[in-house]
Amino acid sequence: MRRVHVPSQLRSYTGGRAEVEADGDTLDAVLLDLDRRFPGFRFRVIDEQDRIRRHILLFVGSERSGELGAALPPGAEVHVIGALSGG
Amino acid sequence: MPLSLYVATRKGVWIASAAGSRRSFTLTGPSFLGQQCHHVVLDPRDRRTLLCASRQWHLGPTVFRSEDGGATWKEAEAPPRFPTGEPRGRAVDHVFWLTPGHASEPGVWYAGTSPQGLFRSEDGGRSWAPVSGFNDHPDQAAWVGSDKDQTPDGGKLHSVLVDPRDPAHLYLSMSGGGTFESRDRGAGWSPLNLGVAMDFAPPKEDGSEYTYGHDPHCVVLAPSRPDRLWQQNHCGLYRIDRPSDRWVRVGRNMPADVGDIGFPIVVHPRDPDTAWAFPMDGTNDWPRTPPGGRPAVFRTRDAGATWERRAEGFPAGQAWWTVRRQCLVGDTRDPVGLYFGTTSGQVWASDDEGESFRLLFGDLPQIHAISVAESA
Repeated sequence: MRRVHVPSQLRSYTGGRAEVEADGDTLDAVLLDLDRRFPGFRFRVIDEQDRIRRHILLFVGSERSGELGAALPPGAEVHVIGALSGG
Repeated sequence: MPLSLYVATRKGVWIASAAGSRRSFTLTGPSFLGQQCHHVVLDPRDRRTLLCASRQWHLGPTVFRSEDGGATWKEAEAPPRFPTGEPRGRAVDHVFWLTPGHASEPGVWYAGTSPQGLFRSEDGGRSWAPVSGFNDHPDQAAWVGSDKDQTPDGGKLHSVLVDPRDPAHLYLSMSGGGTFESRDRGAGWSPLNLGVAMDFAPPKEDGSEYTYGHDPHCVVLAPSRPDRLWQQNHCGLYRIDRPSDRWVRVGRNMPADVGDIGFPIVVHPRDPDTAWAFPMDGTNDWPRTPPGGRPAVFRTRDAGATWERRAEGFPAGQAWWTVRRQCLVGDTRDPVGLYFGTTSGQVWASDDEGESFRLLFGDLPQIHAISVAESA
């Protein structure tokens, strides 16, 4: 299990929790597990062609990642962040 | 029954309800504060179920569903989405349009998206499937064109119309792309654009007409004569009487200094010859604001042969808001009530078929859409 930080925009899926736990050795696996735990979560972050949505940033530790399939270091935390947009 | 206005804005949803007469509306909300909401529509078959097309600014598009008139909402289990791995790589950016299905098909809904896609639900909006007959039609990519052919925030599929006599007879329209018709519940589609101007393309060298690629802004069907459609296009105001396949530019009969450019069009629920348009300035830089800063509704009582200006209640000048394509609607009462929302967050109403208007609410966010219904 690894820790996932959830942005405010997605906390309606996590019962208001800013941090949750999920299984997975890749970002894709983590997001699929999050979707099992919190149905609907993944589609708000990843589109139907498996692209990270334009205004969403994914970090592994403090490194921004655009590779859903890349292996995650053991214990690395995942941050899902809503990028600067809106107004 | 209370009359309710469902106001979808750039930053949430509000509902305005009138318990008795239409003189007094009470505003409730917001729901989805901070989220872009493109359409909120009540199911006329149960008068209780509401669907909302929503997109949080950062997150993907979805549809929410309420069974209690908007008090509580639940997200669709399978929102509209293109098939993963489809050859054109399309992904829904936002759900733009919602249309309840035929009265004989409870639970059926249609959704139009950006980029242009048609989706269907058979379980009241809980799950959605692509209408492959349209989305995967071999000519669909040509109909839609390139990014240069789209509205600024992406092409839109809108004005999904269901023939009240036949649930298999459908129309839809696209900005850009044009208007299309299906007679087999969406399996096959044909363009329906003859007679419609396309001023943004050069004349074809062989003198023939373009059959697709047009820019309908809003298309409505006359409930009392379902063979009549009205269309407000990027290039004028039109009417068609099927089985003719040719639109007639009735906007030519508008005053020349006003023109016939605009976004919405509304047809009377019982009189197919009566319709209302809200012209916008389409000159030079296309400000798309009331011509001269003087807003006015134009009404025809004779199928578009003549148009009357109606502006009682509106500012006499210096009013520069826009009324978008989903923002002018009519109720089914007698006399008909008209309602519209502006880009500056105002909701206006008329309870005398457009003779006069009054401001209901003035301080909402930019309004994307209004729908009106007799609610349970």
